[in-house]
Amino acid sequence: MSKYVMYEFPISSCSWRLRIAFAYKGIQYESREIEDSDTPEFRKINPAGHVPVLEIDSQHTIAESIAILEYLEEVHWEPPLLPQDPFQRAKVREICELIASGIQPLQHPYVAQKYSDDPKKQAEWTSYYINKGFRALEGILEETSSDKTRCVGKSMSMADCCLVPQVYNAVERFHIDMTPYPIIQNIYTELMILPIVNAGRPDNFPSESE
Amino acid sequence: MAKPILYSFSHSSCTWRVRLALNYKDIAYETRVVNLSRGETRDPEFLKVNPAGHIPALVVNGKVLAQSMAILEYIEEAYPEKPLLPKDLIQRAKVREICELIVSGIQPLQHRQVAGKYSDDKQKQLEWQDFYIHRGLTALERILTDCSGKYAVGDDFTLADCCLIPQVFNAEHRFKMDMSGFPRINEINKNLSELPAFKTAHPDAQID
Repeated sequence: MSKYVMYEFPISSCSWRLRIAFAYKGIQYESREIEDSDTPEFRKINPAGHVPVLEIDSQHTIAESIAILEYLEEVHWEPPLLPQDPFQRAKVREICELIASGIQPLQHPYVAQKYSDDPKKQAEWTSYYINKGFRALEGILEETSSDKTRCVGKSMSMADCCLVPQVYNAVERFHIDMTPYPIIQNIYTELMILPIVNAGRPDNFPSESE
Repeated sequence: MAKPILYSFSHSSCTWRVRLALNYKDIAYETRVVNLSRGETRDPEFLKVNPAGHIPALVVNGKVLAQSMAILEYIEEAYPEKPLLPKDLIQRAKVREICELIVSGIQPLQHRQVAGKYSDDKQKQLEWQDFYIHRGLTALERILTDCSGKYAVGDDFTLADCCLIPQVFNAEHRFKMDMSGFPRINEINKNLSELPAFKTAHPDAQID
């Protein structure tokens, strides 16, 4: 039995962040697909009613993808997903938070549906928040990305784990015009070539790297 | 070494989280006020500091840090005295889980700008904000049942409390929510209110 069980579903961008981290660090885990996380049964596992949730040693559960990423980094520090330099680490986390709190929650389909029943208005809402977030992100990456292949410096980090699923959503699900964001596009393209990233994409579920 | 500079607005809950950490760790800093209500985050002078136009921003040795969780983790690493994360790895993860529940699951959704985009009608805005705060606090109350002690995670003040205090203030005082359904949250908040850092980081104690 696996030390780690991850409750997830294929299209969950927050879960894909972790699929990338697991694959990058070569950590085995059992994936448990959940059809609907907003149920009384699943809320016994995560009161917040969303995935991903990491179950550890059949005993502890941790929710929230950023918390899980930081946990995996502390337990399995090689290969690292945070730089050594304190300021660079802060930049990685800044990008993670910009995506995890500044973009993803606001562009979520349930939030767009609460805004309006009209699919066209929902699309406008989603587009607004993705574009707002990407404008800020593009500006940050201008400063932090050494060669436009990774978010911070030249090495893989948690920021890249967060960027890929958000851009995938923007491009594949919401058809956002990425022309204003050349750095985001380039980093995404470079990362999606990597088997450890591509294997976790929703249409490859369950991950080939298991 | 020059004092860090915190770009702050008294009532910004994201900035308040950082003030709590700085004050708890007795880190001296200079405050520069950026008045959110007057749109000063869009001032050219501030955008030179943080082009993304967000507060809080913390300038340390000329380098700008942004996003409250990134700043909090930096503070924890750069100033390890009076730690804000437990030693135990699972407990550390629980602290961060609670932080993220608040910083991504509640605060962005109840933000004035988001409610304003939902509707021009003040009553409808309040309903939106109430929905997301109530949903988040309901989850938080259940999570805290298992992991809390005197404070959010065990008996030591942590980053989770830095995130909890401003969100509870918002719920109670800005949105006048009925908090009777959250006894654990209320108890923890009461315990936290006795800490010196709670008082010094409070919006009422700021220069603006």
